[in-house]
Amino acid sequence: MHSERTATPTTAQTGAANTLPQLTHARNEGMPLDLDWVASVQANTSAIERRAATLPGRRTVKKDYQAAWLCKAISCIDLTTLSGDDTAGRVQRLCAKARHPVRADLLAALGMEGLTVGAVCVYHDMVETAVRALEGSNIPVAAVSTGFPAGLSPLHLRLAEIGESVAAGAREIDIVISRRHVLTQNWQALYDEMRAMREACGEAHVKAILATGELGTLRNVARASLICMMAGADFIKTSTGKEPVNATLPVTLTMIRAIRDYQDRTGIKVGYKPAGGISKAKDALVYLAMMRDELGLPWVQPDLFRFGASSLLGDIERQLEHHVTGAYSAANRHAIG
Amino acid sequence: MQSGDAMTVKQIFNEMSYGPAPESAAEAMDWITTHAPFGHWINGQFTAPGDVFDSKNPANGKVLAQVTQGSAADVDSAVKAARRAQPKWAKLPGHKRAQYLYALARLVQKHSRLLAVTETLDNGKPIREARDIDIPLVARHFYYHAGLAQLLASEQPDMQPLGVCGAVIPWNFPLLMLAWKVAPALAAGNTVVLKPAEYTPLTALLFAHISREAGLPRGVLNVVTGDGATGAALVDHPDVNKIAFTGSTEVGRKIRQATAGSGKALTLELGGKSPYIVFDDADLDSAVEGLVDAIWFNGGQVCCAGSRLLVQEGVADRFHAKLRARMDGLRIGDPMDKCIDVGAIVDPVQRAQIAAMVEASDGDKYQVPCPDGCFYPPTLITGLGSASPLMQEEIFGPVLVSMTFRTPVEAVELANNSRYGLAASVWTENVNLALDLAPKVKAGVVWINGSNMFDAAAGFGGLRESGFGREGGWEGLLAYLRPKGDAKPLKPVARAAEPANAEVSEFDRTAKLHIGGKQARTDGGYSQAVWSPRGKLLGHVGLGNRKDIRNAVEAAQSAKVWGKTTAHLRAQILYYIAENLSARAEEFAGRLKDMTGKPGAAEVEASIARLFTYAAWADKFDGAVKSVPIRGVALAMNEPCGVIGAICPDEAPLLGLISLMAPAIAMGNTCVLVPSQAYPLAATDLYQVLDTSDLPGGVVNIVTGAHGDLAKPLASHMDVDAVWCFGAANLSAVVEREAAGNLKRTWVNHGRVTDWDHAEGRAFLRAATEVKTIWVPYGE
Repeated sequence: MHSERTATPTTAQTGAANTLPQLTHARNEGMPLDLDWVASVQANTSAIERRAATLPGRRTVKKDYQAAWLCKAISCIDLTTLSGDDTAGRVQRLCAKARHPVRADLLAALGMEGLTVGAVCVYHDMVETAVRALEGSNIPVAAVSTGFPAGLSPLHLRLAEIGESVAAGAREIDIVISRRHVLTQNWQALYDEMRAMREACGEAHVKAILATGELGTLRNVARASLICMMAGADFIKTSTGKEPVNATLPVTLTMIRAIRDYQDRTGIKVGYKPAGGISKAKDALVYLAMMRDELGLPWVQPDLFRFGASSLLGDIERQLEHHVTGAYSAANRHAIG
Repeated sequence: MQSGDAMTVKQIFNEMSYGPAPESAAEAMDWITTHAPFGHWINGQFTAPGDVFDSKNPANGKVLAQVTQGSAADVDSAVKAARRAQPKWAKLPGHKRAQYLYALARLVQKHSRLLAVTETLDNGKPIREARDIDIPLVARHFYYHAGLAQLLASEQPDMQPLGVCGAVIPWNFPLLMLAWKVAPALAAGNTVVLKPAEYTPLTALLFAHISREAGLPRGVLNVVTGDGATGAALVDHPDVNKIAFTGSTEVGRKIRQATAGSGKALTLELGGKSPYIVFDDADLDSAVEGLVDAIWFNGGQVCCAGSRLLVQEGVADRFHAKLRARMDGLRIGDPMDKCIDVGAIVDPVQRAQIAAMVEASDGDKYQVPCPDGCFYPPTLITGLGSASPLMQEEIFGPVLVSMTFRTPVEAVELANNSRYGLAASVWTENVNLALDLAPKVKAGVVWINGSNMFDAAAGFGGLRESGFGREGGWEGLLAYLRPKGDAKPLKPVARAAEPANAEVSEFDRTAKLHIGGKQARTDGGYSQAVWSPRGKLLGHVGLGNRKDIRNAVEAAQSAKVWGKTTAHLRAQILYYIAENLSARAEEFAGRLKDMTGKPGAAEVEASIARLFTYAAWADKFDGAVKSVPIRGVALAMNEPCGVIGAICPDEAPLLGLISLMAPAIAMGNTCVLVPSQAYPLAATDLYQVLDTSDLPGGVVNIVTGAHGDLAKPLASHMDVDAVWCFGAANLSAVVEREAAGNLKRTWVNHGRVTDWDHAEGRAFLRAATEVKTIWVPYGE
């Protein structure tokens, strides 16, 4: 499992512009539900929190390394707008930012011309607009489907919504699971629901949003992660961004350890997407370090790792300008998305 | 913007490597070069440098500074300065001492980076550890002890400082160990002479220098640098009242022998081979991560390192695989890099020793790549059995040895199969299992689902050959205090001589020994007549020998289930003993009068009252829940020491014995008592009282005989956990010296009189118990 940590990543030679989407790993086809495995999963909250709390003190990157890692973070961003007041104009603006996330002079100074974000993430109704706006960029559009964010609309409608989003051109579908299945430990129902959604996605990649802030315990997070992977999730994702608590480092550690166990058992690599609450460049670096140290290099590439974030990019832009010029930057010097 | 052969941003983007993240050494080097070569810090200033030696940076072998080799004269001059400063320091109101300690805490925080960087330069530990762990714990220790100084007078009104404390500390946590010695010593009103380790003297000198900014009075803190010879001069100095030592078991044993009979108080924090127990229901990933903090923290150069992995057989392969994968991710190298997990070994000598031990070991060795120089790779050795030397011997390096167990009972058995008893970790998600195991593991500190947690409020210290004494909490402070008042020297008590004309009663009464609940003949077959001062033959006592001691200890060991009985039951039995003694009060009073020629009724009454006292205490000597800065609790549990050997006083033949026996058994110990040599019959009469009071056989064993003959086998017995001596003056030295074998705790009278009429209470209960700190982090 750990051999990947030292192996040269498959994407190393490819330029930033044509890295997306990466399909270098076999898709997760899932496996039969294994309840014994689920029952054996443990998550010690205090110990997980200690690891999460000390990681920022153990790992750091400086100077060019920091700039490169921040560029990597940009390449992993699912640039997102999920608001009731989204309009075509708003989404087009966001897509333009996705194509040009950083001022051209800064990218030139860094030697990182052509850098784009990982994907653009919108509601179903905005998929077509986004797909058109991103034409030729190779940046995929992700849609939040399945009655986002609560996931409490009828199952057949949620499945139908997936189909429509795929038909509209979404290459990635972020689904939400039924939290009630986790809270009542109804693992079979969770598995069946995830399976059905995976089927509905077809060729589109599916990210399973666990809404970890509503699952009560890290043990539930670990078990739900495992079930979704067994049922064929390509990615597991923390949050809709609408729960009271979104992505945290302890939740991340719990979920990516589940990914590691799944890979140990099946050989399949499942991706991870923390979403919500990550707004600082420094936080992004900690997430990347955690992915790199716990899972290895394949998981610091956009095909296996994404940030669900809207304001993170702005902070990274300021840090990059500081790196290039030596002077601290200001928000008004960077185009808003 | 790229130059030379540096990687471009694009290349780094593709490889996602960490790159260098150096901490600057500039400020620390500036301080060092300004003051080097260093003299000692005596009486508030640096002395002129004497014969110097090099202090090196182990990460690159470069000399950091020259430091003075302390001579006996240097030590003497420091002790004199400390002595001069002590009375005034002790007389300060606690609030004033609290202010100084508070100022020191604040100064540690204000100079935190300078201290951290200097520590890493001198010791080789990763800057992260010095910065995020050592220095914050140092500050915390001074804050906490500022509080103890503030509260001391009201909370411990009957105690006074010891005087001048000598501290000899190791190189693995140079400044933290300074804090652990200096903070409680100063809080209690003592002054200090500190001898830092030869490899790592710089932060002690820096701290001393900084202490000026706290306005610390001259002579209160003195630092004398040097090697083992300097430490020995401090240990041997006649005007030092206490030695506090942290270091190897080997040196600790020498210090125990060297200080024996000197009257110096002593606490020892020594080596360990602490078990790290992983059950199959544990969060294995977290347990792996816990091991990183247990055995690769400070390169495993930690006395309480979780160096002995015991993993349940069914998950062992999976656990080892996860562990190896985690080891691959460790970054080893320049300790001044902020992104390094494992730094340098403190000195090439240590490195060579680690390498030789691993080289000689059997088992499957897994090592990760590591740079050249004074570095040693994190190592896992699996497939070992308990007979493998490395399962028993402390390595003091980044080397983890592992074996498997099947059941909780076997886990405890393997965990305790060690000469040491410092710390233990238990990993399980089952609260029943965790809380059942914690009291059963022989260790001073137990971490549930964690490792290497420390706090000033929680006692830290070991059992067995890991030493004795606690550091942190009130229990730690008490090791720097003694009862107020000065006891007079003990006068010898001679037994009544054989008379010219013997008066012999018609019935022969032969007292044997009391072993395992039965009367037993002496092994040697010798007896001694006991005469009254008026020449009456009162009876005979057996003259016990070393084999009788052996048998008595064996019986006491077999009766150890006593420690697991309820305190309520022990109280009932103590009341019952009192009741039965009361029924025969007249007879015992007569016996005392016959032997000593003085009325005995008062002593019998006092003995009955004393039994009541400890019956009362049996279920009231509560532990504590410490306020440590985690979400969780740190429990301070008072546990029985185990088997206590006690040489009982002559001056109160019944009351003295009861005063030692009762607290021992009330707290769940079993004991071997050697009664008054001059007046032994009060003890032998007690056999029947004990037998009729439902006391299980073997809980109290009594071996009569010559103290001079029995002190040595009792004190040197490897299966005795603590030894007390209230016999003749010259015995204290024998007992302390002989106790060095297994480093058992000692409690001796140093040839001073004990006021037996008032000798009861917490001091006796503390002597009869070990504080075990059990850390229980929680949260779901």
